[in-house]
Amino acid sequence: MGNPNRVKAESGFMRWVDDRFPATQMWQDHLSKYYAPKNFNFWYFFGSLALLVLVNQILTGVWLTMSYNPTAEGAFASVEYIMRDVEYGWLIRYMHSTGASAFFVVVYLHMFRGLMYGSYKAPRELVWVFGMTIYLALMAEAFMGYLLPWGQMSYWGAQVIISLFSAIPVVGAELTQWIRGDYLISGITLNRFFALHVVALPIVILGLVVLHLIALHEVGSNNPDGIEIKDKKDEAGQPLDGIPFHPYYTVKDLFGVAVFLFVFCAVIFYFPEGGGYFIEKPNFEPSDPLKTPDHIAPVWYFTPFYAILRAVTFSLFGLDSKFWGVVLMGAAIAILFVLPWLDRSPVRSMRYKGWFSRIMLALFAISFVILGVLGVLPATGGRTLVAQICTAVYFAFFLLMPIYTRLEKTKPVPERVTG
Amino acid sequence: MKKQLFALLFALVPFTALAAAEAHLPYSMTPDLDDKASLQRGMQLYVNYCMGCHSLEHQRFARAAEDLGMPQDLVEENLIFSSDLAFNDQMRNAMAEGSAEDWFGAAPPDLTLHSRLRGTDWIYSYLLSFYKDPERPTGVNNAVFDLVAMPNVLEPLQGVQEMVCAQSDHPVGDAELDPLTGKYQSCEVLQVTEPGQMEPAEFEEAVYDLTNFLAYVGEPSKLQAQALGPKVLIFIFIFGVIAYLLKREYWRDIH
Repeated sequence: MGNPNRVKAESGFMRWVDDRFPATQMWQDHLSKYYAPKNFNFWYFFGSLALLVLVNQILTGVWLTMSYNPTAEGAFASVEYIMRDVEYGWLIRYMHSTGASAFFVVVYLHMFRGLMYGSYKAPRELVWVFGMTIYLALMAEAFMGYLLPWGQMSYWGAQVIISLFSAIPVVGAELTQWIRGDYLISGITLNRFFALHVVALPIVILGLVVLHLIALHEVGSNNPDGIEIKDKKDEAGQPLDGIPFHPYYTVKDLFGVAVFLFVFCAVIFYFPEGGGYFIEKPNFEPSDPLKTPDHIAPVWYFTPFYAILRAVTFSLFGLDSKFWGVVLMGAAIAILFVLPWLDRSPVRSMRYKGWFSRIMLALFAISFVILGVLGVLPATGGRTLVAQICTAVYFAFFLLMPIYTRLEKTKPVPERVTG
Repeated sequence: MKKQLFALLFALVPFTALAAAEAHLPYSMTPDLDDKASLQRGMQLYVNYCMGCHSLEHQRFARAAEDLGMPQDLVEENLIFSSDLAFNDQMRNAMAEGSAEDWFGAAPPDLTLHSRLRGTDWIYSYLLSFYKDPERPTGVNNAVFDLVAMPNVLEPLQGVQEMVCAQSDHPVGDAELDPLTGKYQSCEVLQVTEPGQMEPAEFEEAVYDLTNFLAYVGEPSKLQAQALGPKVLIFIFIFGVIAYLLKREYWRDIH
């Protein structure tokens, strides 16, 4: 029975299953005989941690949905109901709200790892593109989720972001109205954001995660040396520098999970507001369309892009600065998708790239952090100038990459992985 | 590894470096949710002086009774004044909607989450900063909240406070610290000129209790988090040690 080419259990229950479903084959392909390089370091924890946070978000999200009331009249009070009257509701809610920030922390570190070790380069372009699509969907998911508590910052943050679409010439005004479903953000907007947040986008994200992993397991994992472990195999045809993901990396990741959970739980139990960055203070006041907060700042994980948006202060070709800000912000995200084709270096890892690549990556990372800080603060003349410089560095990292990666002198790459 | 930790620290900069750049407040207080007596006194003050106008629409009497260690009959006898309200009800006020707006010009806000919205330092400073101002309709103004609509309901306890030229231990407005005396010289110092039922120090304690109670009301789950947190963290720590030993054992033969 079943596909005779599959690996199957000898007998018993698993044989019965294997004749009907490739369980043993999948277990081997993705875990017990998926050979991963043995030299993974600290930076390689964040992939499995992203998966852990995703599961956390889905589980806590399902339980929040049981008590949340997605109406303009009831949303804010239902969150407080969860916080006070639902058994362990406060814990579930803080796991979800802290999880959103934790998701971006681990995803940003995961992406930085990819930049450092050239994990996006051939043959892993699709792994990177799927990953970037996850990141994009995650931003949409987080943005829509942030409206649901229906506090002041939920409301006005969404107001600011949705109004960005009005900068698009000709169709802008109609488009924003179509997104809101109303002339202003209302219960209608809340309902559709709820539907997208709890049904549509989680399905998209889960599907993309599957694609990300299938693509990864097709080509195999990269490593800090950026060399192909499949080039050197033993008599059995297994990579000499590879070890089965299970049990080696499952136990190692288990330790990573413990360290992560320790920090994560410390935040949940003792600093759930994250100093006003995970849950912003104005969000403890119910939304009021007639009262604009003094200072509207997006949640921290969006602030680098928000700072890029605000960095554009000049009109061009008869279109105003807001339009070009939106274009530049979109470009800042879009350019990440084509990264695999911008890097012309003969080596993958930063360990063997030249000084130019290293300096550019460092400048890029610093600029990204500075933009993140600036995006939280109210804009002033000086800050806008700094944001403009950082934006220039951000784009220079990508746009100059085809030049500096080709011209610079790289170091010789080792035959086998180093420590 | 060191380099990587440094990079990680760098990634966390935006969380720490920017922490709260708030307006200058004359007083600060640290809530103490373990001081049940203070919380009980705070609740007593709240239902007597504040709840007439400010509801706590997310806070139940029963939950407060349980968390602050008060028996049901005592709460029902001494803290629930309205016959419309039962022990399990939220602490709503009895004022008809709209009346407050007519009387004060603005509806008194619900205060359940005020300690998380404004911060406890703000509430504490605000309650201590009313002063006599005959030009205001209520006869008082507030140094923290200019042109405030609320009258100084705690005046019977505090007495009449006035703005005078004097030295103060607390920062006042833009006044600079005098390095010789260690005090602030200003003409915006608040001083009690007609004593109330309480001494100034006694009154500050009462306001502390009241603010402490509002800190509790803002996040009652903090008590549960404080009780559960250490257990969870210890469990994860032990789990982490075992996971590490397991990893080391498995990886013994990987070179």
